[in-house]
Amino acid sequence: MSTEARKPPPQIALKLKRALGGRSGWNGVAVQLAFAAILAWIAYEIVANASANLETQHIAAGFGFLTNNAGFDVSQSLISYSGSDTYLRVFVVGLLNTLLVSVIGIVFATVIGFVVALCRLSPNWLLSRVGGIYVETIRNLPLLFQILFWYLAVLAALPNPRQSISLSVPDIAALIRAMAQLPAWPPNVGIAFISNRGLVIPRPVGEAGLEPFLAVLGLGIVASLALRLYARRALFQRGQMIHIWPYVLTFLVGLPLITIAIFGLPFTFELPQLKGFNFVGGTRVIPEFVALTVALSTYTAAFIAEIVRAGILSVHKGQMEAGSSLGLSRGATLRLIVVPQAMRVIVPPLTNQYLNLTKNSSLAVAIGYPDLVSVWAGTALSQTGQAIEIIATTMGVYLLISLVTSAIMSVYGWRLNRSLGA
Amino acid sequence: MKRVTLALTVALAAGLSAPAADAQTLKTVKDRGMLSCGVSQGLPGFSSPDDKGNWTGIDVDVCRAIAAAIFNDTTKVKYVPLSAKDRFTALQSGEIDVLSRNTTWTISRDTSLGANFTGVTYYDGQGFMVKKSLKVNSALELNSASVCVQTGTTTELNLADYFKANNMKYEVIAFGTIDEAIKAYESGRCDAFTDDSSGLYASRLKLANPADHIVLPEIISKEPLGPMVRHGDDQWFDLVKWTLFAMITAEEMGITQKNVDEMTKSDKPEVKRVLGTDGNLGEQLGVTKDWVVRIVKSVGNYGEVFDRNVGAGSPLGISRGINNLWNKGGIQYAPPIR
Repeated sequence: MSTEARKPPPQIALKLKRALGGRSGWNGVAVQLAFAAILAWIAYEIVANASANLETQHIAAGFGFLTNNAGFDVSQSLISYSGSDTYLRVFVVGLLNTLLVSVIGIVFATVIGFVVALCRLSPNWLLSRVGGIYVETIRNLPLLFQILFWYLAVLAALPNPRQSISLSVPDIAALIRAMAQLPAWPPNVGIAFISNRGLVIPRPVGEAGLEPFLAVLGLGIVASLALRLYARRALFQRGQMIHIWPYVLTFLVGLPLITIAIFGLPFTFELPQLKGFNFVGGTRVIPEFVALTVALSTYTAAFIAEIVRAGILSVHKGQMEAGSSLGLSRGATLRLIVVPQAMRVIVPPLTNQYLNLTKNSSLAVAIGYPDLVSVWAGTALSQTGQAIEIIATTMGVYLLISLVTSAIMSVYGWRLNRSLGA
Repeated sequence: MKRVTLALTVALAAGLSAPAADAQTLKTVKDRGMLSCGVSQGLPGFSSPDDKGNWTGIDVDVCRAIAAAIFNDTTKVKYVPLSAKDRFTALQSGEIDVLSRNTTWTISRDTSLGANFTGVTYYDGQGFMVKKSLKVNSALELNSASVCVQTGTTTELNLADYFKANNMKYEVIAFGTIDEAIKAYESGRCDAFTDDSSGLYASRLKLANPADHIVLPEIISKEPLGPMVRHGDDQWFDLVKWTLFAMITAEEMGITQKNVDEMTKSDKPEVKRVLGTDGNLGEQLGVTKDWVVRIVKSVGNYGEVFDRNVGAGSPLGISRGINNLWNKGGIQYAPPIR
């Protein structure tokens, strides 16, 4: 109530003056406006001049090319794509490939980073040395070099498809045979193959029982989550411990199995087979993707490990001692007391590492992984010659991905702070 | 500090608002005292640096010939190595004066890139290279193969067309540079490597065991390779175009690096016109009367250039084939110099 009385009357002009002019008042506002006008004029000149020059030189401009046929193929695509699709689709293919490698890279980097940090902090001498060596080696070698190392030194050393390493464990083979309902098992057929063309695994093919199976599984997940929420509330409010795992097991395993018994198999597996030069059928993880993901996640993990270590060390060791004196194990103390407090310190620099990983994924072009920079700012650019449009959209996309990542991390950090009561 | 910033801002704005489509490339080159020439990052026979950093090749000789016509000095060339995907942007932005980088002449490149091809230095066609151990004898046996290719090329497009037209499946792995593509092919990542067939022979020389690889007989496309200049400067376009024609004409008339001085004493009217002892054709082009003498003396005629870089006198040993003169069974033909 009292604050309301002290507040000056809300006047837009006054607010503007304070926001723009600061201490210099209206003079400051005038300078700021003049500066903004000059910036706008320069921006206008750049655009006008560029478009005039493009026109005099008869360089095609605009986004009309997006609906033209691209005419080239791409080695990995999450959506169906062929050479007769449009440039717009090429853009989406490249974008999805960039997102795929970034998201998977971020997950792996985070997990490896946390594990390495905990190793370094461990009282075990050997573990902490191994963690230290990992960090110092990996973060001090150039990333491009590591990508090329994984691609040209490790993965290229794998045998060719005809001599590929076959992963046909007899028992699993028998199980798959039963599921695939193959009338006659062709001899020497493996399930998965590793060669210098990548990893080939069986591909699930949807069958009649797929829809009921997915529906039951989805309901089971929702029910389990609700149950967990209820159990936690019971624990915190009434001190009542409820074991939910038998119910969860029923929801997630029992009911789906019954569904399969009623409606039949949800999917069967299409097995890869060597035909000609390559494997036909199955799903293939190309070596370019593996090399890029491994290099990006191990490299970023070294930095994340140091961030996590710093975060954990920033929590006063009295917290650890307090945890032990309550009778909590070391793991439980870390998980319940130290890490939540450390996260406040960890999240902002962690966000930086996530952004770095996403941007570093553009090094893909060196090993032929079809990411956005490779297929869009590379192939599509030189096939159409429309550098300005393509570079601008590429920059816009990276900016957008980075802003979204930071927004998500900000929300996470904000919720963390709120839950810690800070 | 503030004043410097302001001055910079004004200079930037003034510079940007000036009409930048500078149509005086020849004058710019003369003022600079140097020709800026876009070449490949290393394709033996076409443009590649030796261990001392000297560039050689058929595309390099085109640049040297232009420099000879302008400066009478073939060393006044700055070579800018470009990947396939950077080459057009470098030309459009004015970083280079001429792009002489085994680039295929197509209609879309003439019309939408703001640049024009000036002629054909080498008539090429796309082919495939495979390991001998695969026992493949024809490109039509490549169904389901993995193919390595350099990205941003017509090669990439022809590849898609060829496999589609023949109803075959394939996997394409596209690399930023030719060296990366070759390395991946050699490591076994791909079954085949595709490029212009001259490029295949050149790349094969770089492999550890060239004899283990064969170039398949099929030529799946037309790849006329030639120099490119920006739109909007006809004088420069003419100079680059006629530099190549001059070299072809010199071969046709039997003017060689060795006998060019003697030939200037010739009293054949057409030789006199070409060598500038009669008339002022060179001056109309913006250079001196004796421009062809300069070119042939320092670089040689087309036949000599071909022979030295890709032909019998080179490690590539490619036969003249359709690159022979029109009156010797090939299709190299220059309009008359008169």
